[in-house]
Amino acid sequence: MVDATHQGTGLSAGHGDAEGGQSRREFLYLAGGALGAVASAGIAWTLVDSMNPAADTLALSTIDVNLAPIAEGMGIVTMWQGKPVFVRHRTAQEIAEAENVKLSDLTDPATDQSRVKKPQWLVLIGICTHLGCIPLGNKPSDDRGAWGGYHCPCHGSEYDTSGRVRRGPAPLNLAVPPYNFTSDTVVRVG
Amino acid sequence: MAHTTAPSAFQNPVIRWVDERLPIFTMLSREYGVFPTPRNFNYLWNFGALAMFMLVAMIVTGIFLAMQYTPNADLAFDSVDRITRDVNYGWMLRTLHSNGSSMFFAVVYIHLFRGMYYGSYKRPRELLWLFGAVIYLLMMATAFLGYTLPWGQMSFWGATVITNFFTALPVIGKAITTWLWGGFAVANPTLNRFFALHYLLPFVIAAVVFLHVWALHVTGSNNPLGIEPKSAKDTVPFHPYYTSKDMFGLSIFLIIYAVIVFFIPDYLGDPDNYIKANPLLTPVSIEPEWYFLPFYAILRSVPDKLAGVSLMFGAVVMLFLMPWLDTSKVRSAKFRPWYQWCFWFFVLDTLLLGLVGSQHPEGIWILLGRVGTIYYFGFFLILLPLLGWFEKTLPLPASISESVLGGYLSNSKIAAKAMEKA
Repeated sequence: MVDATHQGTGLSAGHGDAEGGQSRREFLYLAGGALGAVASAGIAWTLVDSMNPAADTLALSTIDVNLAPIAEGMGIVTMWQGKPVFVRHRTAQEIAEAENVKLSDLTDPATDQSRVKKPQWLVLIGICTHLGCIPLGNKPSDDRGAWGGYHCPCHGSEYDTSGRVRRGPAPLNLAVPPYNFTSDTVVRVG
Repeated sequence: MAHTTAPSAFQNPVIRWVDERLPIFTMLSREYGVFPTPRNFNYLWNFGALAMFMLVAMIVTGIFLAMQYTPNADLAFDSVDRITRDVNYGWMLRTLHSNGSSMFFAVVYIHLFRGMYYGSYKRPRELLWLFGAVIYLLMMATAFLGYTLPWGQMSFWGATVITNFFTALPVIGKAITTWLWGGFAVANPTLNRFFALHYLLPFVIAAVVFLHVWALHVTGSNNPLGIEPKSAKDTVPFHPYYTSKDMFGLSIFLIIYAVIVFFIPDYLGDPDNYIKANPLLTPVSIEPEWYFLPFYAILRSVPDKLAGVSLMFGAVVMLFLMPWLDTSKVRSAKFRPWYQWCFWFFVLDTLLLGLVGSQHPEGIWILLGRVGTIYYFGFFLILLPLLGWFEKTLPLPASISESVLGGYLSNSKIAAKAMEKA
């Protein structure tokens, strides 16, 4: 800036005090630069945010699932917000197994009671928490893994009858979506 | 101020007129005509030119495929089928492009191993090497994006698994993944942006290739002996010597490429990708294309999500660090008896990891994957730094010409005689 002062002396002589002209120039320089940076960041954000889920994608849709046709021991897959949702009718034995697990045995500790609203109905987002594959285990003929819940075919994660991870690379339990029972035989997800 | 045009050495008046205003012909002649190039290249030095050829081939076939392809989740799969069945020569463009990615990676892997064996990453070529590593990273991104476009089962689930890598990041992982998808799962918005980026990245690669070649023309090429040319006797002009050698290599390469495209176009593909993407059904086994298998094996070698993903990215980071991890002053493995062994074990190790990546992670494969991963990182982080200290290297020849011509031209008397005759 010292060199600039020498160069600027001649130019700013007509405007009075050379020192004053210099500080005005510095102010304009800084203010212009700062505004430019803010504007660039603002534009960059509009570009980045345009890639986030759009309003139509975000619009919270709900689905109603009719529970009547799901026999005990069976599960179904349905779609909610582009994600698979598992609804499983648990047997008394599966409920007992899920409830009688010591929390210290779990990778991601959670009681079965905290994961269901009615013990016979297990509602889960059917996406493996490892790398997003869809675990198998809704049909009794599927490979349900050693804990009788779900088994992910991609990298071998196994879940119990409460959808909690018991073995493999998945770090978390299968997520529970928001839902409530609108009647004895209908569950609304979302 | 009076501007004068620089005098041009070209006789043709049109070329001369252009050259005096923009010396592009002078530049081409300097960089690709008379450019002094070490006289001792072997055929491994063809692979840079082959990679350049493949980049152009991929861009050209890709542009024509894009004219027929529809990047919409409902229509993409059928539009690829239409390209194969109905579009004139569409079957050929598609197989040239899909197998082209395999050929491109094969060529680049040989090019990369060549650089590792002959120490092409060492001073003063570190930046040249870094540009190469950036190109490789961009190629991986481009290949992954492109594999999503046919919207088959493997496209969809490959995209799902790879984008889920980012969920391993603490705190921001989930938000980044949602941002990448433009939704809550891989779906139409994802396909749209993947198509846009798949079209963009090859041109970014072309720009970095330009920097890569520019840096090469500043330092000059390395050569099998790893010693710098000392005099004109050590070099030959790029044209016609290496233009013709590159053309010969390209001919052999094109024969192999053509055999794959015309006789076994689906050999390297996965049959599951002929099934339309189904977000509710994961294929029994999700397996990446062969060129990603070693990284996939490293990912699966640790049973922890964050550690697995970090190791996999770390495996690529090793390439970027290589110029500083290797402490030996000698470039070529010809004069490094221990490094030579370590290098060939490393090549075998990447092949082993590739095999492990193609198998279900059970039994012996888990152990082999872990041993392979340990050697992969051990090679870069332990062997490369230590060898520089402990290895006794062989004496380097005095010059390239002395080594390859048996001292014939280095004897100045005979050289002078030869000059007289000519």
